[in-house]
Amino acid sequence: MSAHDHAHEHDHGHEHEHHHKDTFITKYIFSIDHKMIAKQYLITGLIMGIIGVAMSLLFRMQLAWPEESFKIFNVLLGDKFAPEGVMRNDIYLALVTIHGTIMVFFVLTAGLSGTFSNLLIPLQLGARDMASGFMNMISYWLFFLSSVIMVISLFVESGPASAGWTIYPPLSALPQAIPGSGAGMTLWLVSMAIFIASSLMGSLNYVVTVINLRTKGMSMTRMPLTIWAFFITAIIGIVSFPVLLSAALLLIFDRSFGTSFFLSDIFISGEVLHYQGGSPVLFEHLFWFLGHPEVYIVLLPALGITSEIIATNARKPIFGYRAMIASIIAIAFLSTIVWGHHMFVSGMNPFLGSVFTFTTLLIAIPSAVKAFNYITTLWKGNLQLNPAMLFSIGLVSTFITGGLTGIILGDSTLDINVHDTYFVVAHFHLVMGISALYGMFAGIYHWYPRMFGRMLNKNLGYVHFWVTAVCAYGVFFPMHFIGMAGLPRRYYTNTAFPLFDDLQNVNVVITMFALIGGAFQLVFIWNFFHSMFYGKKAEMNPWRSNTLEWTAPVEHMHGNWPGALPEVHRWPYDYSKPGHDEDFVPQTVPMGPDEEQLHH
Amino acid sequence: MTGLLILVVLVLVSIAIWQLTKIFDLTQVGGDSSNAQIANDNDNNVNGYLMFAFLVFIYLTTIYCVVEYGHFPLMSNSASEHGVEVDRLMWISMILIFFVQTITQALLHYFAYKYRGKKGNKALYFADNNKLEMIWSIIPAITLAGLILYGLYAWTNIMFVDEETENPMVVEIYAKQFGWEVRYAGEDNVLGKANVRYIEGTNTLGVDLADPNTQDDIQANELHLPKGVKVLFKIRSQDVLHSAYMPHFRAQMNCVPGMVTQFAFIPTVTTVEMRNSKAIQEKVTEINRIRAEKSIQLVKEGKAALDPYTFDYLLLCNKICGRSHYNMQMKIVVESKEDFKKWLGEKTTFAQNAKAEKEANEQNETVIDTTVNVTKDSTLVASNK
Repeated sequence: MSAHDHAHEHDHGHEHEHHHKDTFITKYIFSIDHKMIAKQYLITGLIMGIIGVAMSLLFRMQLAWPEESFKIFNVLLGDKFAPEGVMRNDIYLALVTIHGTIMVFFVLTAGLSGTFSNLLIPLQLGARDMASGFMNMISYWLFFLSSVIMVISLFVESGPASAGWTIYPPLSALPQAIPGSGAGMTLWLVSMAIFIASSLMGSLNYVVTVINLRTKGMSMTRMPLTIWAFFITAIIGIVSFPVLLSAALLLIFDRSFGTSFFLSDIFISGEVLHYQGGSPVLFEHLFWFLGHPEVYIVLLPALGITSEIIATNARKPIFGYRAMIASIIAIAFLSTIVWGHHMFVSGMNPFLGSVFTFTTLLIAIPSAVKAFNYITTLWKGNLQLNPAMLFSIGLVSTFITGGLTGIILGDSTLDINVHDTYFVVAHFHLVMGISALYGMFAGIYHWYPRMFGRMLNKNLGYVHFWVTAVCAYGVFFPMHFIGMAGLPRRYYTNTAFPLFDDLQNVNVVITMFALIGGAFQLVFIWNFFHSMFYGKKAEMNPWRSNTLEWTAPVEHMHGNWPGALPEVHRWPYDYSKPGHDEDFVPQTVPMGPDEEQLHH
Repeated sequence: MTGLLILVVLVLVSIAIWQLTKIFDLTQVGGDSSNAQIANDNDNNVNGYLMFAFLVFIYLTTIYCVVEYGHFPLMSNSASEHGVEVDRLMWISMILIFFVQTITQALLHYFAYKYRGKKGNKALYFADNNKLEMIWSIIPAITLAGLILYGLYAWTNIMFVDEETENPMVVEIYAKQFGWEVRYAGEDNVLGKANVRYIEGTNTLGVDLADPNTQDDIQANELHLPKGVKVLFKIRSQDVLHSAYMPHFRAQMNCVPGMVTQFAFIPTVTTVEMRNSKAIQEKVTEINRIRAEKSIQLVKEGKAALDPYTFDYLLLCNKICGRSHYNMQMKIVVESKEDFKKWLGEKTTFAQNAKAEKEANEQNETVIDTTVNVTKDSTLVASNK
C-alpha cells in the first residue's frame, strides 16, 4: 500500500470518527449502521422463528395424538390454556394463528428481507450506508416494538388472536365469537400496524438507496440479482402493505367504534348486533391485496439470494441474467393482480374468478423460467457444495414441488374441492415457507463471514441441511394426500369425523418428521451462536465471489470501505470466464483490452 | 408421554451428532486451516452423492405416498354431475404435475451430483441462450393455455346457473356456530325473505313469517337431496364466516353474514348406491378396522367402544369459525325422487307450524285473555267512577 493510500485511509477514518462517537448504545443498540441493523433484524427474526416453529410443533403433536395429554403442553401453555396437559380447542386455533403471523411477517418478511436487504444493498452496490441511516434505525426499532407486542399478546387472559393469520371478520371482530378476538386481537392489530410502518420505512429506504447510491460503474444491469430481488420486493411492499394497514384500521374501527365496514346482519350469543351494510368479502379483498404479494415479498429475496449463491458456488455465470430480471419484474407485476385466487369460493362474482384464474396461471411462466435457469446454471458447473449451496439447491427443489401444485389451486374449478384443505397447507408451506426459509439459511451460511467475520461450521451445516431437507419433504409431501382426501385445515382434531380415521396415521408420520426437523434446528442455532465467538476467522473473500461486499475489510467499520469506494467495471457473474487465470473476476477488475463484454 | 420420550431421544441424537462433528473437526486439524470451513473435494463428493440419494428419496416418498395414501377418494367416484368434469381436469393436471416434477427434480439433483466440484475443473462459461429461454417460456405458456381454457369452461358451467331455464330446486343452507340447518323452498320453489333480525323463539332461521313465499317453506336439520335433480343452494350465515363444503359432490361455497351466496349441482349417486360402491366399501372396511383396534384400547381403559362407521355424505364447515369449527357437520342423504318426496312430505311447512303454534297459543291465550278481560273491566270500572 502506498503512502498516499495510507494517508487517505487515515483521513477517512478520522472524518468518520467525527461523525460518530461509538458508545455501546450507538454501536449495538441504536445503531444507524446498516450492517449492525442487519444483525439486529437477523437475531430478532431468529428468536421469533424459534417461537413460531415451537408453536407448530405443539399443534402438530395435538394433531397426531389428539386424545393424549402432554405434560409439555401444560408446562408451555399453562394451566389455563392447557389444563391437565390437554390443549384447549381455541388455544389450538390461537397457536395456528400466531404461528402463521410470526412466520410470514416476523421471520420471513422482516427476518429475511430486513436482514439481507440491509446487509447487502449498500455493500453490493458500493455505498457507505443506506440512504437514511436514521430511518433505517427507526424501522428496526418499530419492528422490535411490534415483535414485543406480538409476544405480549400471547399472555393476555382471554388468549392471543385466534381467527387464523388471515383474521377474517366477523370472527376476528367479535369477542363473542371466539375469546381470542378480545384483547389478543387488539394487540395483534396494533402490532401489525407498527410492523407495517416499519416495513414501509425499510422498503422506501431500499428503493431510494438502490436508485441513488450505486457506485461508479454500477449500472442497473450490473447489479447482482440479490439487489434486483430486494429492489423489486421493496416496491411490492410499498404498493401492497398500505392496503393491509387500511384493512387493519377499518377492522379496528369496526371492533372499537361500532362502524360496519366488514360486518352486517349478525346474530350471536342470543342477540342481534347493530352492524348493517358491511361485508367480510371487502376485508378479504383488502387482506389478499397484500396477502398475495406478501408471498412474493417473502419468496423473491430468497430467490435473489439463491441466484447469487448458485452462481458463486457453481463457479459459473447465472444463466439468463436478463431473463431472471424480467421474470422477477413479471412475477412482481402479476403478484398484485392475482389476489382473488384466495377467494374463488368466497361468494364473489364467478366471472371475477375466471379473470383471477387466468392471471394466476400466468405466474407459472416466469416461475418456470426461473426454475429452468437455475437448473441450467448447475449444468457443466464446478459445484462447490457448501452448506449455502445445498440450501440453494434445496430451495429450487421445494420451489418446484410446491409451485407445481399451484397449478391446481390457481385453477378455480379445482380449487372448489381443495380450497382450505391440507392440500393448500402443503402447497404454500413448500413453495413459500420452506423455500424462503432455505433462502434465509443459505443467506446466513453464505454471508455469515461478512456479518460476523467468522465462519460457520460446515459439518454442522451439512447435518442441518440434510436432516431439514428430508424432514421438510416428510412433513409436507404426505400432507398433499390428506388434503386430497378432503381434510379441512384448522381442525383441532379429526376425531369428530370417522370419515377421516384412515388419515390419522399420516398425521402421526407428519408430526414425527416435524419433531425431528424442529429438533435439528437446534444444531443450526448452536452453530450460529457458537461460531459468533469461537468460529474460524474468516478471510476477506472466502467463497471467491465477484461481488463488492467481499472487497470490504472483514472488520466492521462505518462507511464500509476505508478510502475511496470501489469502482465497478463488469457484471457480477464473470465466473470461469475464458482468458482469466482465476475462475472468478471481481466486479472491480477493469475489462481487458479485447475482453468481450456480455450484454449490458 | 410418547411425545416426551421422542423429544428426549431427539435431543440425545442431536448431542451425538454434535459430538461426531466435533470429532470430525478434530481429525481435520493440521490441514489447510484457513479454509477449513469451505467445501473441499471430499465434501463435494459426499454431498454430491447425497444429492443423488435425495433424488431417490423424493421418488420413493412419492411412490410410497401414492401407493399408501393415494386412494384419491376425491379424484374419482364423484357423486355429482359436474364432479366428473372436475375429476377429469384434476387427473390431467395431476399427471402433468407429476411428469414435470419427476423430470425437473431429476435434472436438478442429477446435475448437482454430476457436476460436483473438483479442484482443477473449470466450469463452462455459458451465460445466455435466447433460444432456450424461448423454449421454456413458450412450452409452459401453451400447456397453461390449455389448462386455463379447460378450467374456465368447466368453471363457467358449474358456477353460472340459469334459474329460468334450468328450474333448479331451491334449498337454503344456513350456517351458525357450530351447526347447520336447511330450508326447502316448498311448492312455489321460492324461499321466503329472511334476516337475522327476525330470529325469535322457534324462528331460528330468521325467516319473515309474513312473507307469502315463506308459508310453504320447510325447515330441516338433515339435508336430503333427490337424485338427478339440479339443486340450487342459497347459502346464509348467522354469525361469522363459514364454508359449506361437500367434498363428495365437489362443491364448496362460503357462508357470508349479510349476503346470500349460491352453488348448484346435480347429485347423481344415492347414499345407498355410494355405500355399495367398491371404493367406498374398501374405505369403510379400513376405517372400521382402525376403529375396532382403537376400541380394544378404549375398552381396556374402561371407556366406551367406538361405533362402527357407515358411510354418509357430509356437509362440513371449511372456514375457521370458532372453537368447535372442527365439529360442525351435517349429514346429507341422496335418495330417489320418490323417497325424497315422501321424506319432505312428512315435514311441516312454516304455515302449518305457525298454525299449530297459534292453536297452542290460543289455548293458552284463552286463559290469559280472561285475566286480561278482568283487569280491563276493572279499569273500565275505575275510569267510569
